[in-house]
Amino acid sequence: MAASDPATAARRRRSNLKAERIRSSWIFLAPMLAVLAFVAGWPLLKTIWFGFTDASLDALSAADFIGLNNYLEWVDYGDGEGEYFGLLADPDWWRAVYNTVFFSVVSVFFETIFGTIVALVLHAEFKGRGLVRAAVLIPWAIPTIVSAKMWAWMMNDQFGILNDLFLHIGLISQPIAWTASSDTAMIAVLIVDIWKTTPFMALLILAGLQMIPQDIYEAAKIDGINPVKVFFKVTLPLIKPALAVAVIFRALDALRVFDLIYVLTPNNSQTRTMSVFAQENLFQFDKFAYGSAASTLLFLVIGIITIVYLKVARVDLEGGR
Amino acid sequence: MKLHTGLAALAAGTFLVTKAALAVELAIVSGAVGDDIKMLRSNLDRYEKESGNTVKIVEMPQSTTDQFGQYRLWLSAGNADIDVYRTDVIWAPQLANHLLDLSEAAKEVAGSHFPSIIESQTVNGKLVAIPMFTDAPALYYRKDLLEKYGAEPPKTWEDLTTTAQMVQDKEREAGNSDFHGFVFQGAAYEGLTCNALEWVKSFGGGQIVEADGEISINNPDAIKAIETAKSWIGTISPEGVLGYKEEDARGIWQTGSAAFMRNWPYAYSLSNNDDSAVKGKFGVVPLPSGGDGSAATLGGWNLAVSKYSRHPDEAIELAMFLASEESQRRRATELSRLPTIEALYDDPEVAEAQPIIPNWKEIFLNAVPRPSAPTKKDYNEVSKEFWTAVHDSMSGNGSTEANFKKLEGRLKRLKGSGWE
Repeated sequence: MAASDPATAARRRRSNLKAERIRSSWIFLAPMLAVLAFVAGWPLLKTIWFGFTDASLDALSAADFIGLNNYLEWVDYGDGEGEYFGLLADPDWWRAVYNTVFFSVVSVFFETIFGTIVALVLHAEFKGRGLVRAAVLIPWAIPTIVSAKMWAWMMNDQFGILNDLFLHIGLISQPIAWTASSDTAMIAVLIVDIWKTTPFMALLILAGLQMIPQDIYEAAKIDGINPVKVFFKVTLPLIKPALAVAVIFRALDALRVFDLIYVLTPNNSQTRTMSVFAQENLFQFDKFAYGSAASTLLFLVIGIITIVYLKVARVDLEGGR
Repeated sequence: MKLHTGLAALAAGTFLVTKAALAVELAIVSGAVGDDIKMLRSNLDRYEKESGNTVKIVEMPQSTTDQFGQYRLWLSAGNADIDVYRTDVIWAPQLANHLLDLSEAAKEVAGSHFPSIIESQTVNGKLVAIPMFTDAPALYYRKDLLEKYGAEPPKTWEDLTTTAQMVQDKEREAGNSDFHGFVFQGAAYEGLTCNALEWVKSFGGGQIVEADGEISINNPDAIKAIETAKSWIGTISPEGVLGYKEEDARGIWQTGSAAFMRNWPYAYSLSNNDDSAVKGKFGVVPLPSGGDGSAATLGGWNLAVSKYSRHPDEAIELAMFLASEESQRRRATELSRLPTIEALYDDPEVAEAQPIIPNWKEIFLNAVPRPSAPTKKDYNEVSKEFWTAVHDSMSGNGSTEANFKKLEGRLKRLKGSGWE
């Protein structure tokens, strides 16, 4: 009989044990999942639902299902002519998508480069390193609203210190209206974001750097390889996993940017991102359902970009390697 | 005798206790420019002394656009933390569902206010807010500089352009390199809608959406008006003006760095403060004409009581107190805020403290309302489309013709088969 076979019995014991473990892990996870479903899942589903209705903020309970009309609707004017309405046909929405993606790509690109440089500096041995490490984190620790307001003053065209500085060293001949001019509004937002989040990148990359065993560097030194080559052939490949995770954290954050733009350059079509677009429709205008649909698309866009990025960069979130 | 005193003391004690027990804590939310909050606090102190209730101020940023988003959210969520809201003149139809009817409480005083303002705050027969002060902008000009260079206060926008350019050139020649001809509110927000409506209307270009709901904005006069304003950017106005709100413009004006400013009457008293560089050196005139008369956008703020207030009676009492003649007189004499009570314009005390006020009665009576009545709940979006088209045109994002054509299309789309 199978039962008398010691190997089978052992296997069964092991699988019993495994089932037991799986069961208890679910029990331990249950409270967290319940909370998550309540605070994240429920609002998300509710928002998606409102996107399919004609809800108004004044009368949320009276919302009626209208299908996909918030996304795309062909309105016939009755004389054979008509027009597409809805988010997918709204140039403002696509402008917001473009702004968001542009902002994310540029800001994350520069933050990664600057973050790596800062991390390399902080990784080196020097006196007062602890102090410098703490100091570098300050921009990141300041609440965004505060730093945005602070920068808004520094960028003020009449009283701002930035213009004053540039005028004195002769970089510009007349003050720049950083946040008002349509040419510089996005640049202003990017400057502040890069200033603010580079420390966060640096911190994550520094953690990656500290994982690299020192003997590799010693070996490279003995072989007489120059430091630039060491960086590209040794350091960079080894911190790539940390870098990839840092980039995705930042990208997720950048794609839903709201507060910085809301304070610095509100209502400016050059800097209106998807989140700002959704907020406007949800609360400023009488278009709660439209704003909900925009939020749903925002969720989908972020989801798709993340999945594509994970595939392309081959980030291993399971931690198997 | 002794017994009597004892009884009286006891009665007084009981009275104090009951009064203390009945005293409630109220909250009022208000945006502000200049010294609005200081004045509100001093009026609230008087109210607290009189009623025994305490009132907390929740302060909001100066942009009416930002305030509205927050208020709508609070009201839709049935927030009971705020009892009284300071509301813009254009909000009444959009927030009416969440506000208490004040017509019963205001029965006796409503007649003393200007009927047009009371009407603007009445939605379907319900008085949703009681007027606190009204607003109609002025053109502030530097009397000393105009005299120095032999110029008159401008009557038309064309005059303004040449005079501002002349004063700016001369001042810059004299070494005042940060001097500007004209500052106004050009940031993309409700304030730009007010400014641009004045330009358009004074050029004979209509009121964006007419009283009967017809979309009139795409016309040659309106385009000419915006083109004129566009010509100021980088010449008589700093490029940064496209990011200025009321207080930014006042900052430049009050430090003595501008020849002209378009602003609301509140800047009058502040410009006459001791710390102001232009104290006693400026005058006010109605805004210039574009060929079809001067136009001033009607502003003004009101007090509304939330339907979700836990103490509706006290909250209504507070709103009525802050809108009372005495409160308005204080606001007028100290902050040059235009009263909504007709009698105060003939008040010698007010006239002496702020000469602008009696002179401004005419202007405000002829002020142009923003199209919040015909466009109803869509007003905010109409206004955003308008200020976006104007801001884009002035910052060189597409031609004014193209932007206004697009604007017309968008408004038509928004209107659909009718405003609702």
